[in-house]
Amino acid sequence: MSYVLTINGKQRTVDVDGDTPLLWVLRDVLQMNGTKFGCGMALCGACTVHLNGQPVRSCQTPVSSVGKGKVTTIEAIGETATGKRIQQAWIAHDVPQCGYCQSGQIMSASALLAANPHPTDADIDAAMAGNICRCGTYTRIRAAIKTAAKG
Amino acid sequence: MDALVSRRDFLKASAGAAGSLVLAVHLPGLAAVAHSFSPSAFVTVGSDGLVTLTMPYVEMGQGTYTSIPMLVAEELEVDLSQVRTAHAPADPAYRHGLFGVQLTGASASIRAAWMPLRQAGAAARTMLVQAAAKQWNVDPASCKAVRGEVVHAASGRKLAYGALAADAAALPVPKDVALKPAGSYALVGKPAKRTDTPSKVNGTAKFGIDAVVPGMKVAAIAACPVFGGKLAKVDDHKALKVKGVRKVVRLDNAVAVIADHTGAARKGLAACAITWDEGSNNGFSSAAWEQKLASAGKEKGLVVHDEGGYAKVAGGAGRKVEAVYTMPFLAHATMEPMNATARVGKDGVDIWTGTQAPERLQIFVGKALGIAPASVRVHNQLLGGGFGRRLEVDVAVQAALVARQVDYPVKLIWSREEDIQHDYYRPFWRDELAAVLDEGGMPVAFSHRFAGSSIEARYAPEWMAKGIDTDAVEQAEGPYNIPARFVEYMPVETSVPTGFWRGVGPTHNIFVVESFIDELAHTAGKDPVAYRQALLNKNPRALAVLNLAAQKSGWATRKPGPGEGFGVSVGTAWGSFAAAVLECVVSKEGAVTVKRVVTAIDCGQPVNPDGVVAQAESGQVYGLTAALYGKLTVENGRIMQSNFHDYPLMRMNEMPVMETHIVPSTESPGGMGELGTALIAPALANAVFAATGKRLRSLPLEPGPV
Repeated sequence: MSYVLTINGKQRTVDVDGDTPLLWVLRDVLQMNGTKFGCGMALCGACTVHLNGQPVRSCQTPVSSVGKGKVTTIEAIGETATGKRIQQAWIAHDVPQCGYCQSGQIMSASALLAANPHPTDADIDAAMAGNICRCGTYTRIRAAIKTAAKG
Repeated sequence: MDALVSRRDFLKASAGAAGSLVLAVHLPGLAAVAHSFSPSAFVTVGSDGLVTLTMPYVEMGQGTYTSIPMLVAEELEVDLSQVRTAHAPADPAYRHGLFGVQLTGASASIRAAWMPLRQAGAAARTMLVQAAAKQWNVDPASCKAVRGEVVHAASGRKLAYGALAADAAALPVPKDVALKPAGSYALVGKPAKRTDTPSKVNGTAKFGIDAVVPGMKVAAIAACPVFGGKLAKVDDHKALKVKGVRKVVRLDNAVAVIADHTGAARKGLAACAITWDEGSNNGFSSAAWEQKLASAGKEKGLVVHDEGGYAKVAGGAGRKVEAVYTMPFLAHATMEPMNATARVGKDGVDIWTGTQAPERLQIFVGKALGIAPASVRVHNQLLGGGFGRRLEVDVAVQAALVARQVDYPVKLIWSREEDIQHDYYRPFWRDELAAVLDEGGMPVAFSHRFAGSSIEARYAPEWMAKGIDTDAVEQAEGPYNIPARFVEYMPVETSVPTGFWRGVGPTHNIFVVESFIDELAHTAGKDPVAYRQALLNKNPRALAVLNLAAQKSGWATRKPGPGEGFGVSVGTAWGSFAAAVLECVVSKEGAVTVKRVVTAIDCGQPVNPDGVVAQAESGQVYGLTAALYGKLTVENGRIMQSNFHDYPLMRMNEMPVMETHIVPSTESPGGMGELGTALIAPALANAVFAATGKRLRSLPLEPGPV
């Protein structure tokens, strides 16, 4: 079936089964590879994108459920003021190691800051606990979020 | 290493593109003298002034793409931003001197590169200065290299490296080039920004899983869940009806579904009705394995270490202490699931993947397809975590076997379930420890006997020394000055494939030794730090990090509240020394929370101190995950866990405060990728003991209700 998606402000038409996870539409159909596959069960957060500004796990988001929702991915998050600040803070703190999970981390952190410009440690824990980093960069992620929050 | 290998052994000018200066560098092994010249890295100064470093060390998060170019830039007098790093192709030229094959691991990159890459930078700089001096007809000593230019201060003349590269390439490589003395470095020892960060915050970094090859399809795969089992039959008629599915491919032990996108491939795979021939391993279990190791413990093994007349001392007077430790099978769980993209053509095979072992990949793919290794071209990509898992090349072999059956390239991506259930696991170990204490409570005899599977016997038998797995026994005797020490290893073959896991041998041995030393201290009624200090009287670098960690953590004045405990551990491996003091709290229900970790490190001269801290803390999170949660169980020949719900990894909300202190040093650099991992589990186990009085001798640490 054909679906018209709004991704990073552009309309994209894809022809896939409705139960196809948005993740694979992005990666394999549209060749937008910044969004990562980690677990396929919404357990690790590597595939996080925004749907109408809310962080969602694209591996568990059927394409049929997206409708007219606006999808934002790592490729365009830097075009938002919050996303740009987060990326700059990530660079300032040299957060990434292998870097594979960081697209998802940045999408979760950007959504957090957009909703809550001055998060507490507990807010950061709650918003970021769904994103696993196997390199263990959590200390720097927390510090970078705080830096970005300061603007 | 420095003393063993002279400069001429590892530096030669090499032919390059017109107008560029190319220096070929031999990266030596850590112990072996290089007898013949074989370049394993190339430093190119292009006519555009850009410096390119082609080197065998891959980037998997550990920061090699920053720290190794720093060595060249330091002596070449260029900014780090002027150095480009290139993935080396699979080629015998890039073999690691220590291992005899091309691989990245064992915390060995910085150790192997420290001398030769600074020498290469210094030689290139000298040649560029000479080329400029010749043009200007002045004494080279009156010229200076400054940030990519040669400057003649007296006349105010300047020439960029790019304009000098061609002339410099015609000059002989200088015989002796002085390196900067420690303390006068411009880059080394100062925090450097990682060169790969910008691409890792906007989604443009290319990992193996991101490979895009014209015309390619994607595939999902399921292998027989029982190790060694085979595919009996598959009914694929439902799978072939899934929109986007192209083909169902049968391998000896697996079924792969090729499709237009991975969503369809996974759906198609789920629709396959597969019957497995489970083979002879379907009776294997963790419990049976532990029994087998216990039986092996009753047999004689390979004596690795026997000093101070252990048998006699152990048979003499003194208080005897004995304990048995076990560690479970563990998966690596890199965030980037295993994947490889393969194109099989008449002209050979192309593989796009992130691998720690490109040459091994060539050999194994070549063997599987019956072609020469040289016909396998490896296009290495960034690694979304390695940790030893990407020293294995199984997924590349699978991808090639699948792609061979179709006339287009195939990107094969494992599910997380495949990743957890078809790893090369950290071995399940069983250790018997024994000691004899003198009247003052200090150990006079120490014995460590352990049984488990040998990784080297499978992976690289040529690394073994006199039949002994050199990795398995590393640090098994511990760093302490005990008069009589004895180590014996009982290798036992297992049907569960085992492989190198971050921290390798030391992460097993340091857990056991540091836990047992703690037991001895408590048995003797002594302070665990003071006890270790007394035993490190002949190991000044280890003693210094212990002292620093104790001081910075406030060990002497610690006041644990109810349920709280402090634990200490010391680790020495890969040329580095570290000690950690860990503070935890254990709830009445037995839930362990790590509150704070204070670590002191002596890794010799830190190259990128910010990277050292990152690696130390990263390693500790990896080790804490194992200590708190890491457990795979085998029943009926298969792994019972499958994804992050039953093989959990540490998350943001579980993080302790981490403080890492680096001891200033100008000794040759040691590796730091793995010591944090090896160090942390015993610090936690010892802290749990302090908090609860329970000595936990198995990982993960499950104290139960307190």
